Amino acid sequence: MEHTYKFLSRIGDDSLILGQRLAELCGHGPILEEDIALTNISLDLIGQATNIYTYAAQLEGKGRDADALAFLRLEHQYLNAILVEQPNGNFADTLVRQFFFDVYRKLLFEQLLTSTDKQIAAIAEKSLKETRYHLKHSSEWVIRLGDGTEQSKERAQFAILDLWRYTDELFYMDETEIQLAKAGVIPNLKDLKPLWMEQVLSVLNLATLTLPENQGFFGAGRQGRHSEHMGFLLAQLQYMQRVYPNMQW
Amino acid sequence: MSTNEWPLWEVFIRSKQGLNHKHVGSLRAPDAEMAMQNARDVYTRRSEGISIWVVQSALITASDPADSEAYFEPSDSKVYRHPTFYDLPDGIEHM
Amino acid sequence: METLTQEKLAEKFQAKIDADIKIEPNDWMPETYRKTLIRQISQHAHSEIVGMLPEGNWITRAPSLRRKAVLLAKVQDEAGHGLYLYSATETLGVSREETIDDLHSGKMKYSSIFNYPTLSWADMGAIGWLVDGAAIMNQVALCRTSYGPYARAMVKICKEESFHQRQGYEIMSTLMNGTEAQREMAQDAMNRFWWPSLMMFGPSDAESKHTEQSMRWRIKRHTNDELRQSFVDASVPQAELIGLKIPDPNLKWNEARGHYDFGAIDWEEFWQVVGGNGPCNKERIEARVKAKVEGEWVREAAMAYAKKHKS
Repeated sequence: MEHTYKFLSRIGDDSLILGQRLAELCGHGPILEEDIALTNISLDLIGQATNIYTYAAQLEGKGRDADALAFLRLEHQYLNAILVEQPNGNFADTLVRQFFFDVYRKLLFEQLLTSTDKQIAAIAEKSLKETRYHLKHSSEWVIRLGDGTEQSKERAQFAILDLWRYTDELFYMDETEIQLAKAGVIPNLKDLKPLWMEQVLSVLNLATLTLPENQGFFGAGRQGRHSEHMGFLLAQLQYMQRVYPNMQW
Repeated sequence: MSTNEWPLWEVFIRSKQGLNHKHVGSLRAPDAEMAMQNARDVYTRRSEGISIWVVQSALITASDPADSEAYFEPSDSKVYRHPTFYDLPDGIEHM
Repeated sequence: METLTQEKLAEKFQAKIDADIKIEPNDWMPETYRKTLIRQISQHAHSEIVGMLPEGNWITRAPSLRRKAVLLAKVQDEAGHGLYLYSATETLGVSREETIDDLHSGKMKYSSIFNYPTLSWADMGAIGWLVDGAAIMNQVALCRTSYGPYARAMVKICKEESFHQRQGYEIMSTLMNGTEAQREMAQDAMNRFWWPSLMMFGPSDAESKHTEQSMRWRIKRHTNDELRQSFVDASVPQAELIGLKIPDPNLKWNEARGHYDFGAIDWEEFWQVVGGNGPCNKERIEARVKAKVEGEWVREAAMAYAKKHKS
């Protein structure tokens, strides 16, 4: 149960933090249609976070609810991959970050459909449909940015260079994942990586973009050690609940 | 008018229980694939079982309005008189 | 085929209007009718888009997951409404980009309520309840406007709008039923948004230049003062129900009229804000210009790709 709770925190926090980042873009997209698309994705992710946290809070059994998990933990208690807390940057940064994440999420949810934990399987089924749309959207954009103009290609290439180092953390496994994989609750995440690489490469090829060479991987968000961005992000996220504690909203 | 303005597309939706596609409005998209995705986001909020048609507005031919005496040149035309539906020869930038 | 004179065409046009027959995009219409509609519908669209900013401001600080999701959905709806309205405008022979350039240059306006800052979470309640409430009054009337595409856009918008006002009022109600700090927050938001909400209905009928012609062409179906009065009559009991005080010492029920009497609007403030001197005019336009300018390379990339891969 402890392991399941930890795993749920990890994927719940991924959803919340990425949803939060996308919400910052509301009203600032490059065209109205994209504003709608990106807020849609943000809304989906917040919804997924809510479902995941609700289950996690139940399992925890301490009488906390989804909001308590979302808003009242300390920085080192958030276990999202640090990929999702990276700032939005320009449109290429946003969409490349999204693309790397979406391929992973789709693979993960596809496997979780057959989880031995029925709740997780249900969450995965509900989320998978949305994730497929997100992936379609981000793939089409990576292709258009890569194979668009010289300028867009350059920006997309820079985005890949910046974000590539954070992608391996998506497949991080410690005792939690190892035990859950043994119990059939989750797939072996290391097995997902080659599939992820294959799908990422096929889109990057269409986009005429390349991967960085000899770049090391980095990230300990899964263990609660975040980038400097996280503090500021949490300051906004938690503001109301911290300044007006124990109230109904 | 910049050359980067995305073309206009008309959107037609047939709902889950519907019998035919209804015109619901228009949107801007660079190509058919993006037009379809945008239409789904804007006009259906991604409901299931919905059929979507997207067509470039300039490619639709429309008949005269019923009140045909209003035109001294009755002829099939565009869905509406939009500045981008008519190709201007190169070199005419401001019209 | 007989060529109709301008006079005959205008007569037939007015006859259609008087019979409540919709005018459609390819129908003959007076140039002034077309221009008035382009202006009115675009400004309505611009309002929806600019309106995303004061509320969008608070999404990252929403106090609960549910409030975050509902606010996201609301702002997304507003983007959608803007899109329906731009879509209607384009049927009149102008491109969205042109009208947006006019917005950025100041030639076209948007609802001045969005030039006020959102300073607390309670502002989300005030905006949903009062601002959207005022907008709904306008919008329901516009569902019967004479121009077909505009009327149809309005029907769609009205359908989606009902939850916006409810969620705003629910926020205010929750705050008023909460702690002292929350009640203070709500009352403060009320104090700041009440008068600007009344100003949303525009200048008084006596000062409103375009009303008469717009009424004759059924672009407008009620006068500014009529709608403003309806709004006050509806809002006062709603405020009283949850214990909010209306910041107007002259507010009083008038038995003889069957309406609330209310105090004088500060028209100086109104014209200042409409004229560009409000608290946030500069920031709102800057944000929209920035989005357009910084988005240029993205739009360009998508077009380049489309050209390369034309089938």
